[in-house]
Amino acid sequence: MEAAEDVFAGCVGGEGELIPILQRVQQKEGYISEKSVRQIARFLKVSENQVYGVASFYSQFRFVAPGRHSIRVCLGTACHVRGGQILLEAVQREVGVAPGQTSADGRFDLQRVACLGCCALAPVVQVDEDIHSRVTVLGLKEILRAYE
Amino acid sequence: MASCGRAAGAGEVLAAVKQALNDEKLQARLVQTGCIGPCYLEPLLDVQLPGQARVSYGNVTPEMAKRIVVQGLRTGQLPSHHAVGHFGDGEAPVSPSLPRFFDLPMLKPQVRIVLKNCGFIDPDDIEHYLANDGYAGLMRAFEMGPEGVLREVKEAGLRGRGGAGFPTYKKWEVCRNSPGKVKYLICNADEGDPGAFMNRSLLESDPHAVLEGMVIAAYAIGATQGYIYIRAEYPLAVRRLRHALAQMRASGFLGTDIQGSGFSFDITVKEGAGAFVCGEETALIASIEGKRGMPRSRPPYPAVSGLHGMPTIINNVETLGTLPHIMRNGAAWYRQYGTEGNYGTKTFSLVGKVRRSGLIEVPLGTTLRRIIFDIGGGTRKPFKAVQTGGPSGGCLSAEFLDTPIDYESLTAAGSIMGSGGLIVMDEDTCVVDVARYFLDFTQKESCGKCSPCRVGSRHLVEILERIVAGRGEPEDLTRLEALGETIRRGSLCGLGQTAPNPVLTTLRYFRQEYLAHVKEKYCPATVCRELIEYRVIPEKCTGCQRCVSVCPTGAITGPRAEPHNLDPSKCIKCRACYEICRFDAIAGDAIIIRSRRKMSDEHAHRQELR
Ligand SMILES: Cc1cc2nc3c(=O)[nH]c(=O)nc-3n(C[C@H](O)[C@H](O)[C@H](O)COP(=O)(O)O)c2cc1C
Ligand code: SF4
Ligand code: SF4
Ligand code: FES
Repeated sequence: MEAAEDVFAGCVGGEGELIPILQRVQQKEGYISEKSVRQIARFLKVSENQVYGVASFYSQFRFVAPGRHSIRVCLGTACHVRGGQILLEAVQREVGVAPGQTSADGRFDLQRVACLGCCALAPVVQVDEDIHSRVTVLGLKEILRAYE
Repeated sequence: MASCGRAAGAGEVLAAVKQALNDEKLQARLVQTGCIGPCYLEPLLDVQLPGQARVSYGNVTPEMAKRIVVQGLRTGQLPSHHAVGHFGDGEAPVSPSLPRFFDLPMLKPQVRIVLKNCGFIDPDDIEHYLANDGYAGLMRAFEMGPEGVLREVKEAGLRGRGGAGFPTYKKWEVCRNSPGKVKYLICNADEGDPGAFMNRSLLESDPHAVLEGMVIAAYAIGATQGYIYIRAEYPLAVRRLRHALAQMRASGFLGTDIQGSGFSFDITVKEGAGAFVCGEETALIASIEGKRGMPRSRPPYPAVSGLHGMPTIINNVETLGTLPHIMRNGAAWYRQYGTEGNYGTKTFSLVGKVRRSGLIEVPLGTTLRRIIFDIGGGTRKPFKAVQTGGPSGGCLSAEFLDTPIDYESLTAAGSIMGSGGLIVMDEDTCVVDVARYFLDFTQKESCGKCSPCRVGSRHLVEILERIVAGRGEPEDLTRLEALGETIRRGSLCGLGQTAPNPVLTTLRYFRQEYLAHVKEKYCPATVCRELIEYRVIPEKCTGCQRCVSVCPTGAITGPRAEPHNLDPSKCIKCRACYEICRFDAIAGDAIIIRSRRKMSDEHAHRQELR
């Protein structure tokens, strides 16, 4: 239970706190585990179903443990017209997982996102905090090599 | 140092400058600013020597940055290489021919009101904002009283910049006159439109402008609590907002009895969690309340009954960012920009296949042609279309280039203003594929509450997927139209009501391209992968083997120094060979149209279809 304690610090337990709490749990543990769903439900006095219902509605929340590095491929409009889809496939090939999954060696997890707001420099791939712009299928290998 | 600059490598440039200053023991003041707009020049580095005008360098690498700074500071003469412009009216440093930055073709037609400070001030320093007349608008608002503010905004003719263009004062008036113990003001910074980043840039580059606007709006409607609902995908903007809020509190621009006016107001940042529909007002409110972001039917409008059942105003980032300027300079000043009924300016993110991409601001009524060609520098390949208004908008063809950008003209053309994403497409973009893309997006983002939107858009996607895969039939076009109409009429919220727009407009303006797909199984833009095939042009191939090394499936083989062979049955059309080939041996005509493979005169056919 102590893992959850500082996540709940400062909360008084109202429905409005559900999303911020989920965000804090995810920030801390990297994902929303079954155990944390149970703890959150108990703390907010709502059903586990409701916690799941809300969490699964939003694309931000994930339910599998992340890799050591997180790759996000932008599939927004600007990126799409500049080859985002082909890039996503290249990433999938390179790390061997589909969006929403984590590679077996735990090195990378992969997600697709709707827009990273760097559309003028499309196509864009984000690895951890770094946003890489004007990425080509070829440049990709080089980029990923830097993340061990 | 906004997100786009960082993505282009501004972080490395900054590190290099710091290192150079340190190594060479040089004195300089380093200021990080936000985004000035021309993203295609990123990373940008500005240097100002004592007594000289500020000089801007574009597409700077860390090595260049080092050279520029060291040479400039050592010799008092900045290098001319890569200098793009200078600021101020004085003599041009570097070389007499160096243009003023704001005379560059991308900047000259622009009028910068909302973006005035962007790229000039340090967004993390409230002193910079104050030195540029910051919070003067708020002080004027306090002098005028809430009624005075309402009147001024009404006279300015300000319409909401979040998409629909509803008169701002009208919404406010309803809220102000609605009974309620407390009232809320929410800044909608969800910016869910893929391809749009105006709101992010403003928040990252000049957060206080938006925050000052929030206090002004709250004062006018009598709100005591404010929220900024912002996407979690914008971490830098969130960080800057939190920092700015702390500074405001410390300086007495937020909290109880703001600047001795007797007015109290506070603002909380709420991070969204990634759902496009949450940009819709009622869904946004549900999300702040901790529920799934489901829209509900209106009325009652949020201005009467919103957050926790209390009167609530939701305004877009740019609407709020405009308010300080109106309050500072007056309604009459604001009305000199734009056209009758569409006053002022609008920011756009100009992206896609345009030469000069970036963030721009122009008076309403500017034509698409001026934006795409004069500001954006046009396209490299012939222009085909521009998508305005994001997934809810429409694709306009070249015949609409002289349409002035205003709410009514765009609607008349079958599109909408939306939040302000302009995605430019050239001949290499397939409009059927783009329509499929948008429908796929809205279908995934539909909250699923009403069936026309949930089921209907799913069905539209299926038809479009069939067409791009070469399995479409001519009747599909009428199916798309009929279904589109049904969804438009039957959906509960704006998402569903506008979802078919991309299909309906492309069908209307690019019917030929649909027909090519369904009748000839032919994609004129060579985008739809099921309809194309790669080959090697033997006359151009030098046998350098670079493609062999990148092909993930071993589809390309060939003896070194001789034309290579590409096995279409192994090729997954990943385009890696196309990107790496230096001799254009896998470009242009090498991307052939499958159904036309055997036709001798494929090119003539293409012309005929136009
Ligand atoms: C599906 C959907 C998504 C929307 N997304 C946004 C958004 O990201 N940002 C925004 O300001 N308005 C968005 N809107 C419009 C808002 O509901 C609302 O009209 C706007 O925030 C009002 O602000 P304004 O009066 O200042 O324009 C969206 C509307 C719909 C139907
Ligand atoms: S139109 Fe779509 S997004 Fe809007 S309520 Fe209906 S299902 Fe949800
Ligand atoms: S497109 Fe990709 S798979 Fe096909 S030949 Fe080129 S490199 Fe190989
Ligand atoms: S579309 Fe990819 S960053 Fe916006």
